[in-house]
Amino acid sequence: MAKLILSVDGTVLKEISLAKERTTLGRKPHNDIQVDNLAVSGEHAAIITILNDSFIEDLNSTNGTLVNGKPIKKHFLQNNDVIEIGKHKLKYFNDTPVQTAAADFERTMIIRKPAAAPPAPAVPAAAPAMPVAAAPNLSDTQTNMRPLSPPVSPTPAAPPPATAQTAAPAPMPSAPASVAPAPGATREAAIQVLSGAAAGRTLDLTKNLTTIGKPGVQVAVITRRPTGFFITHVEGASFPTINGVALGAQAQQLGDHDMIEIAGVKMDFFFRS
Amino acid sequence: MAVEFCAKYSDLEQTGVRGGNAHRTRNASGGTVALANALQIISLTDPGRVRGHNEDCVESRPDIGVVVLADGMGGYNAGEVASGMATSLIASGLAQVWTRENLDKLDRDGASHFSQEVLAQQVSAANRAIFDAAQKDPQCAGMGTTLVACLFYDNFLTVGHIGDSRLYRMRNDALEQITRDHSLLQEQIDSGLITKEDARSSHNKNLVTRAVGIDPDVETEIHTYEVAEGDIFLLCSDGLNDMIEDEEIQMTLIALRSNLDLTAQQLVQAANDAGGRDNVSVMLIKVLNSFPVQRGFWAKFKALFG
Repeated sequence: MAKLILSVDGTVLKEISLAKERTTLGRKPHNDIQVDNLAVSGEHAAIITILNDSFIEDLNSTNGTLVNGKPIKKHFLQNNDVIEIGKHKLKYFNDTPVQTAAADFERTMIIRKPAAAPPAPAVPAAAPAMPVAAAPNLSDTQTNMRPLSPPVSPTPAAPPPATAQTAAPAPMPSAPASVAPAPGATREAAIQVLSGAAAGRTLDLTKNLTTIGKPGVQVAVITRRPTGFFITHVEGASFPTINGVALGAQAQQLGDHDMIEIAGVKMDFFFRS
Repeated sequence: MAVEFCAKYSDLEQTGVRGGNAHRTRNASGGTVALANALQIISLTDPGRVRGHNEDCVESRPDIGVVVLADGMGGYNAGEVASGMATSLIASGLAQVWTRENLDKLDRDGASHFSQEVLAQQVSAANRAIFDAAQKDPQCAGMGTTLVACLFYDNFLTVGHIGDSRLYRMRNDALEQITRDHSLLQEQIDSGLITKEDARSSHNKNLVTRAVGIDPDVETEIHTYEVAEGDIFLLCSDGLNDMIEDEEIQMTLIALRSNLDLTAQQLVQAANDAGGRDNVSVMLIKVLNSFPVQRGFWAKFKALFG
């Protein structure tokens, strides 16, 4: 369970477990966490806890609430966040693993609305008994698509008929915070075009997917994976060759200075030192 | 990494027309084209790198334009019982009622309405069957499943979903999430408690607010959308979208769209490369041609005597 350590000038005053769905903080005695100091408003802030996540909300206090030195109105608390209210500090601890290896922990579970609980079917053992009061809107959701309307969409950028083009306009997504191994554990690599109109051009393989070749004729994709770089045939009747040998249907790992030939163009794959 | 291919697979090479029940539509040039030829459907499911077994299940019926994906949960390894029951009951249930006899009488609006009705009925029936099985068999107590099911007909698509399995659509290089999860996290996002960016680091990712088979009745969220030639639809379990971001899904669909098989393999591989902490399933449906239904005099005549 998440907890807060209240301190002032480096002296720990107390530890508060965030057991309640709403924990209030202020100068007045009815608060769950009372801080008797004139810099603190009567009702200063509230911490809302939903299962393993906690949020702090400033209740329009006179002097404001800081988290990690920045004033906030509402903030999703992360492990080791420091809340400052006047001279008082509250450090937030939540050592629940962020969905890491504990496979059982992160299994999809159903949570139930207490009101909608039907004639007592066996409640899944795994489902936690929990407050769902914070889940306000359980009605059908809408997407912003218009049902049954003529398709109107922005025109796409014209696909460039490049010899060696990177795959997508979207920037390489940064690895999600909760995702374990960041891709890119591999060495940097590039391909250099050796023949054809683009001869001499070098293309760094920084994206997870890089397509090469001529669309409609012969296309292959180089995927950047934690274990290395792999080339796979995408389209075209004939397959690209690696060091003169035709690629099979399966992905093939690329080695330093492998020679790729695709759509009549030769390219050299190499690692950046 | 071993990627296990589902038996369900349809392609241009296969005619997809089986027996006398095959549903046929006419294309603009007047030739008869089976719906199965207008849609290319690829299904791929993989246990991932952490879980011992696969509780996801996928099923497609290319001849009637039906695809179903379910992500099972709960019970003593009974998640796959729930997801397997859901996909097979809904797919076979739809095959019973989504027939030419029932459809030829209907205009386009009527067919769209009917599609919503039959989808709701079939999900409801599957829900009841799973719920009853869970009540009877202690090994299955508490099992349930998420669901996303699509029915393609006459250039529209009707989608029903429950839980956090998703439908995306890629049109003109733009990827759009069409279903909205029935999950605690989505509700927190909707209520403004948490931003979409913060949601990535939430501890509450795995909690769905609706599932099939948990209660005697379930409310299915159903919508109908226009389909355009060139659209690619993606059904997936949360094992995909929890592991890789929408941008990477989009990038993959754009880069590899000429090879739908490879696209599916790449998506699964990317989820596994990112940790593969859950079962991952993807179904890709590419709209190769439009599939309007002709309702002229001749169609009516055939309906009368067919």
